[in-house]
Amino acid sequence: MAYVFDYAAIIPYAPLIAKGVGITVELTVVGGVLGVGLGIACAWARSLGPKWLRPPVSLYVEMIRNTPFLIQLFFIFFGLPSTGLQLGEMQAAILAMVINLGAYSCEIIRAGIEATPRGQFEAGASLAMTRIQTFRHVVLMPALQRIWPALTSQIVIVMFGSAVCSQIAVEDITFAAQFIQARTFRAFEVYILATILYLLLALLLRQVMRGLGSLMFPRRRVAR
Amino acid sequence: MSLIAITEVRKRFGDNEVLKGINLDVEAGEVVAIIGKSGSGKSTLLRCINGLETIDGGSIMVAGAHLAPDDAHLRALRLKVGMIFQSFNLFPHLTAGRNVMLSPMVVKKVSAKEAEAEARARMEQVGLGHKFDAYPDELSGGQQQRVAIARALAMQPLALLCDEITSALDPELVNEVLQVVGKLAGEGMTLMMVTHEMRFAREVCDRVVFMHQGRVHEIGPPAEVFANPKTPELQQFLGML
Amino acid sequence: MIQFSTWDILRNLLFAAEWTILLSLVAFVGGGALGLIVLFARTGRSTLLRRVSILYIELIQGTPLLMQLFLSFFGLALMGFDVPPWFAAGLSLTLWTSAFLAEIWRGCVEAIPRGQWEASSSLAMTYFEQMRHVVLPQALRIAVPPTVGFSVQVVKGTALTSIIGFVELSKAATMITNATFQPFLVYGLAALVYFALCWPLSKSSQILERKLNVAHRNH
Repeated sequence: MAYVFDYAAIIPYAPLIAKGVGITVELTVVGGVLGVGLGIACAWARSLGPKWLRPPVSLYVEMIRNTPFLIQLFFIFFGLPSTGLQLGEMQAAILAMVINLGAYSCEIIRAGIEATPRGQFEAGASLAMTRIQTFRHVVLMPALQRIWPALTSQIVIVMFGSAVCSQIAVEDITFAAQFIQARTFRAFEVYILATILYLLLALLLRQVMRGLGSLMFPRRRVAR
Repeated sequence: MSLIAITEVRKRFGDNEVLKGINLDVEAGEVVAIIGKSGSGKSTLLRCINGLETIDGGSIMVAGAHLAPDDAHLRALRLKVGMIFQSFNLFPHLTAGRNVMLSPMVVKKVSAKEAEAEARARMEQVGLGHKFDAYPDELSGGQQQRVAIARALAMQPLALLCDEITSALDPELVNEVLQVVGKLAGEGMTLMMVTHEMRFAREVCDRVVFMHQGRVHEIGPPAEVFANPKTPELQQFLGML
Repeated sequence: MIQFSTWDILRNLLFAAEWTILLSLVAFVGGGALGLIVLFARTGRSTLLRRVSILYIELIQGTPLLMQLFLSFFGLALMGFDVPPWFAAGLSLTLWTSAFLAEIWRGCVEAIPRGQWEASSSLAMTYFEQMRHVVLPQALRIAVPPTVGFSVQVVKGTALTSIIGFVELSKAATMITNATFQPFLVYGLAALVYFALCWPLSKSSQILERKLNVAHRNH
């Protein structure tokens, strides 16, 4: 019952943990940027795009939102090679994260687009802009501003989800923790450390998103 | 030939026919006020001319080109006709100056430098040169509406459609906007405006159109229409004021 | 090697899905009960309880579920409790669910106008009486759609328990893949089974929310 904490045992593995942090950050940044990009495209397609594009995008969004990330990752990493698409662990992990975040952010961003006052679309149209130009220059930024907090939370959730990528041997924080656990049997120390690292990364990520938000959206008020 | 030629235009929303065959020609340089009760179809008519509503019958021609419902034709039309809205509809994430610069840059592919020069000139024209870098939420309603006018002017339209542009303003802000519009009229801009400002209509407009139940009920020079209303509906409408 | 037909694969996945459903139910019911307690602490009048519940919610929402699973599975073992995977899985999912449900429900409780609290205070009700008779009955109505919506997260969350060795749908999929070497088919079918579990929940949450919005607008 009396458990003695021994952090010294995991010190030799510091480089492995540092590498793990780097990989988790890489997964989150690349997956986050590309995933939100995909989400914007899908949100446009679902709310303003051509009619024929809506059913396939809806199917994609519903499929992803109603299945676990783990299965999506395994399907991509283990399943896709049989169709001839061979992906490395990192590529598979990033692809899975982009596809996953794309679906979730699609729904979040769509809510932002649909909260746009009709007058904004009409003003764009009356200035002879095309629908796409109106979306790009008039609708998009205020829509993103409206849902920035929700989008931030979703990216944090996706970062937590990235822990699963350790299961296809992506050498992230969780992978490092499992590796050290198997060598040293110091499960408590190493998983508490990993948990704290995720906690700190989440705080950092929120801070970065807040900074990015104040850069991108100089005006505080936007919705009417 | 008329700049804007409206022939037998019909528009329905569901079972409700809002425009029941409108005929109206507007010459270049003319200033036309459209008056009438709410629900008489006056705003719908303006929105049809800008292609914000599709028409169910008749035809609208602007500068000799037909208004067709496809995107390319609509955009060509909107390059000729600007629109000012009751609720300003400025883009909240852009400064006043950027609001004015946006469409020339995006639609006409004008360089940023040229667009800025043009935008500064237009902001001067509406008396807001010093507010170029202000955001819409830092401006009063009257100032916002003047930016909206500058924004429409930057596209160098042949005509401006004004849809109750002072209705959302506090009374003390109405005049600054009307002054800008009056100046434009004096400079020869073609204007079609739905308005409740009868004094302005009387002083500035060349013709007044009274709409009633989806039809042009009475039309004529302001002196005649206001002094000598022929139909009981117009008499009642003017008496109501 | 044994030959598996597609039907064999699907049948085995469906057997395993029973464990996914069972674990989801345990986590949802247990998490709901615990979540209610956290909710009372979070919205109650004791500053200490409020701080503790905030810390609890922040810690659980601020760290990955997988870490929580590892900590309860390996951690409990190190503390001398020899826990089977199903226990660690059930425990961490219950805690995880309780934090999220408490936070969802707090939003619903706070959506109840202040006047309701003031009116019931003026009737000399205690905090529990206010919650029981005035606030919760009203909050319940708006809480149903997001609660049903969150159940989808619980079902998907159970997939992570495969990593600590609990045999449910995802673990079964991996085991069958190892036997059949047909990952595309097996994981594809597993995804469809999850979809069949989750989609009706997502959809009913959406429909309930739309109904609620319509009802609100007509007020």
